[in-house]
Amino acid sequence: MSKSVLEVRGLCKRFGGLVATDQVDLAVHSGEVHALIGPNGAGKTTLVHQLSGTLPPDSGDILFKGQVVTRMSAHARALRGLVRSYQITSIFRSHSVIDNIVLAVQARSGSSFRYWRPVSAERALYTEATSILERIGLQDKAATRAAILAHGEQRQLELGLALATKPSMLLLDEPMAGMGPEESERLIPLIASLRGELSILLIEHDMGAVFRLADRISVLVSGRVIATGVPDQIRANPDVRRAYLGDDMPGQVIA
Amino acid sequence: MPRILPWVALALAIAFPLVAEQFDLGFYVSFASRVMIYAIAATSLNLILGYGGMVSFGHAAFFGAGAYTVAIAMTYGLDSAWLAWPLAMLVAAAVALLIGALSLRTRGVYFIMITLAFAQMMFYVFIGLKAYGGEEGLNLPHRSVIGFGLNLKDDASFYYVVLALLVGTLVLLQRLVNARFGRVLQAIRENESRMETIGYATYRYKLCAFVIAGTVCGLAGALIANQTRYVNPNLMHWVISGDMMIMIILGGLAYRYGGLLGAIVMLVLDEAISPYTTYSKFVIGFVLLAVVLFAPRGLAALFDRKTATQPAKAVP
Repeated sequence: MSKSVLEVRGLCKRFGGLVATDQVDLAVHSGEVHALIGPNGAGKTTLVHQLSGTLPPDSGDILFKGQVVTRMSAHARALRGLVRSYQITSIFRSHSVIDNIVLAVQARSGSSFRYWRPVSAERALYTEATSILERIGLQDKAATRAAILAHGEQRQLELGLALATKPSMLLLDEPMAGMGPEESERLIPLIASLRGELSILLIEHDMGAVFRLADRISVLVSGRVIATGVPDQIRANPDVRRAYLGDDMPGQVIA
Repeated sequence: MPRILPWVALALAIAFPLVAEQFDLGFYVSFASRVMIYAIAATSLNLILGYGGMVSFGHAAFFGAGAYTVAIAMTYGLDSAWLAWPLAMLVAAAVALLIGALSLRTRGVYFIMITLAFAQMMFYVFIGLKAYGGEEGLNLPHRSVIGFGLNLKDDASFYYVVLALLVGTLVLLQRLVNARFGRVLQAIRENESRMETIGYATYRYKLCAFVIAGTVCGLAGALIANQTRYVNPNLMHWVISGDMMIMIILGGLAYRYGGLLGAIVMLVLDEAISPYTTYSKFVIGFVLLAVVLFAPRGLAALFDRKTATQPAKAVP
């Protein structure tokens, strides 16, 4: 078994009486696509917030590449290669598509405390951004304002922003949220192509996509990881069926 | 904006004192200097408010810090512009670093209130500082000494120095907002949390911008002390901070010439109306209302939509 790039140990987060993250243990192996599934309100996005550094956990530890990052700021984690995307699209809407990507490239290529030379003269940034656009399939939209992109294209850009930071691990929070089937079909091969190149924690409701992409799956219910395993194990797991896939006890679909 | 327009404006500005002297309108040279000084201050505020989205309601603190530095330095016999003005900028930078480091930890209304509170605190501190005139303020025996055969006592010479510094400020702003730093600053205004998650320590960039703005405003303060040869705590009063905000809202947030246009319109209106009524602010209020209603992006937006903040840029 390959070494874990991300390790979560006993992570807890409470909001008043609500336990959003309850003793979560999780290990994502280097180079794998690890899906995290669970009913609405299971605490998946809350977990991503803690992993990416935008929400401090109450207790527990997060290790990234063997280093404890539990109290590290979001930007420091991003620069170390742990980068997230958002379920609710978070892009720079007034910027052109390429300028969105340039910002992300700029973040990791040299100091941005530069005051005189125009960014538009920095060819290296644009060359790199262009290759990212080709990868996410938005090269024809480079000069388009992000705000007027179609929803599916905005989701591609959302992923592109994360990719442009050259992460070693991606936390993808429902990359296909709100996408039509044909749009999802464009994104699935893109995510599949990242396997091996980097590690991915994939949160997704589209079960078809999850079972096609994931090397392993963890199931989160009411803030707890109730099962982890390869897709076939998860399919066969009675607890998972009861809590989630079987949908026979909708009363349990609460946080 | 047609490219030639700023050059025409600059040429007119250079010719202005010569023409004014011909017609014995020396007063207006001094008045124009005052407008340009406020334009420098408003432009510095535009960097953080317009481009950075930080609604600082205490910008007068840096104006006052710069002005008092020059005045106090002069009471100790330091009257060289080459020393006193950079010192004023340094003091303003230090004040901005302190205020910024604390207030930038807050957001939204809290940020507005805390910057206002800091400036008002300085206002009251200087009212209490009897050693430096308290409420009465300080008179400057003369203007700063600049050398090179220039005597700032002469209003035209002073005017040209201010003009040069205004041009310098506008060039600096222009370079800065298109360079890496400025791009980051504007992106933070638009989506700060995403900037964090793609790897930017946003607080540092905001603080840096805050200090740059404070420094430039400190220079404007040093100039206003010279222009009026008098400083008092009112320079730090929230009304001045408010005036600066109104100037850039009138002129255009995140437009290069927003601060300049706003300062011109506001001070010229004030000057034109005040002989007839003591309620000049009342009229300016209506002008502001009209601008907000009919040109919500400010007067600069009427000239051009493209110098505004980062529309789609062509790929080089």
